[in-house]
Amino acid sequence: MSITAPSRLFARFIRHAGPAIASVSTLILTWETYVQLWGISPTALPAPTRIIVQGYEQREALACHTIATFQATTFGFASSLIVAFLFSILIDFFRQLRRALFPVFIITQTLPLVAIAPLIVLWFGFGLTPKIVLVALVTFFPMLVALTQGYEATDRNISALLASMGASRWRIFVMARLPSALPYFFAGLRISITYAVVGAIFAEYAGAARGLGIYILNAKNNFRPDLVLAAVFVSATLTLLLFGATVFLQRAAMPWARLTEARP
Amino acid sequence: MSSARLDLKRLRKSFGHTHVLADINLSVQPGEFVSILGPSGAGKSTILQLLTGAIAPDGGQMLLDDQPLTPAQHRFAFMPQGDALMPWRRIIGNTTLGLEVQGLGRQAARARVIPLFEEFGLAGFENHYPAQLSGGMRQRAALLRTVVQQRPMLLLDEPFGALDALTRAQMQRWLADMWTRHRWTVLLITHDVREAVLLSDRIYVLSARPACVAHHFQVPLDHPRHSVGSPELAALEARILQTLLNPED
Repeated sequence: MSITAPSRLFARFIRHAGPAIASVSTLILTWETYVQLWGISPTALPAPTRIIVQGYEQREALACHTIATFQATTFGFASSLIVAFLFSILIDFFRQLRRALFPVFIITQTLPLVAIAPLIVLWFGFGLTPKIVLVALVTFFPMLVALTQGYEATDRNISALLASMGASRWRIFVMARLPSALPYFFAGLRISITYAVVGAIFAEYAGAARGLGIYILNAKNNFRPDLVLAAVFVSATLTLLLFGATVFLQRAAMPWARLTEARP
Repeated sequence: MSSARLDLKRLRKSFGHTHVLADINLSVQPGEFVSILGPSGAGKSTILQLLTGAIAPDGGQMLLDDQPLTPAQHRFAFMPQGDALMPWRRIIGNTTLGLEVQGLGRQAARARVIPLFEEFGLAGFENHYPAQLSGGMRQRAALLRTVVQQRPMLLLDEPFGALDALTRAQMQRWLADMWTRHRWTVLLITHDVREAVLLSDRIYVLSARPACVAHHFQVPLDHPRHSVGSPELAALEARILQTLLNPED
C-alpha cells in the first residue's frame, strides 16, 4: 500500500457517491429555502431543520419504535427466507410441486395489503406475530422465484460433468445448483429487504403496540407531520442500512464475482 | 474376443421421431487417441451422452474392456464443452472435483493433484479463481481435472471449441505433447479437422443425421506432430475435409 492510499480512497468515494450526495443536498436545501422564504406552516410542510430538531427531541421514543420495526423486519424476513429456501429445494426436486404451488403463491401476491393487514392483526393480535406473518407474506414469493430461477441458471455442462463423475442428484444440487443460484438469491434479497421494511410498517399501521407504523399513525392523528417525516427518515435509513448489509453479505459470500474483469 | 478398451456395436438412438444415431460402430484400443468428426448436429455429443450414462441407447452394444457398460458405472473421465470450471471454486478446488465426488477427502485429493500443477503449467495459480485465468489456462485446468480421476478412458467434447484460433493451436500442440508423454486412451469429439489430424491415431467421420460411420481414417505418423503444413498432414486434412463437404462422393 502506498502513502497516497487514503486520499485515493477518498477520491474514489467522491467519484462514486458524489453525484448522489449533491442531488440529495440540493433537494433538502431547496425544501428548506422554500419553507423559510414562503413561510409555510409547519403543520402543512415542516422544514428539514424542524424535522431534525423535533426528531432529535423524540429520539428515545423513535429508537424504541425503530427497534420494534427492526425486530419485525428481521424476524419476518428470516422466517420467510427459511421457508422459501425449503420450498425452493422441494420444487427443484419435484417439478410437479411447482405447478401445484406456484398458483397459490401468486394468489398471495395479489392480495391487497390494505385488506389483508387488518385481518392478520385481527387473527394474530398486536404482538410480533402479525408483523412476521405480513413481512413473510410480501417477501416469500420474490425469494422463492429468485432461488428457483437461480437453480435453473446452472451451467448444463457443469451438471453433466458432475453426473459423469457419479454425483447423486442431491450432490449436484449442493455442489452446482446451489452456488449457481447465489447471484439470483442476492438480487432477490436486495429487493425483498426493502419490501420487508414496508411490510412491517404496514402491519404496525394496521394495529400494534410498538413500531414505526403505529408511531406514524399517532403523529399523523396529532397533526405532527414533522414527526411523521422524522419516522419516515428513520425507516428510510433502516432500509438503506439493511440494503447495505445485503451488498456486504454478497461480497463476502461471492468473492469470485468481483474478479471477472481482473485477469493477470 | 477383441482387446479393445471401448467397442461400440450397431449403436442406435432416437429422440421421438428424430433419428440421431442410425448405426454407430467404432472401437478404441488401449493407449489410442481416436477422434470423431462430423457435421453439426450429427449426434457427436449424443455418443458421449450414451457413454456417460446420461441417456440410454435404443439398441446396440457398448463394451468397455469386453464388459457391457451400465449407466451407473462412471468409468470415463469426461471433459464437457467449454471448460465447465465452477466459477466459485478456486483452481485447486476445481481440479479435485472428480476425486471429491469419488469420496476422497479434501486433503487427500489435493495431495494427489498438487504435484501435477507444474506439468500442466498451472503452478502458482492453485488459489486463483477461474475468472482470473486466461482461456488456455482454464482448458489446462479442465484437462487436469479430467485426467486426475484416473479413469480407464478420457472423453473430450470439443475441448478447444471456445478458444480463439491462436490459443487453440497452442493448446492442440500442448495436448499433443502431453498425450505423447502419458498415452491416455482418448475419444475426442471435434469439428476441427486439423485438430483431429494433429492429435489422432484414427479418425471416424460421421455422416449427417441419422449418423453412421461414413469414413474411417488412419493417421500413420509419429507423435507429437508439430510440423504445421507437413505435406502428409495437409494431404490427409484435405481428404477428410473433402469427405465432409461432399458426402455423396
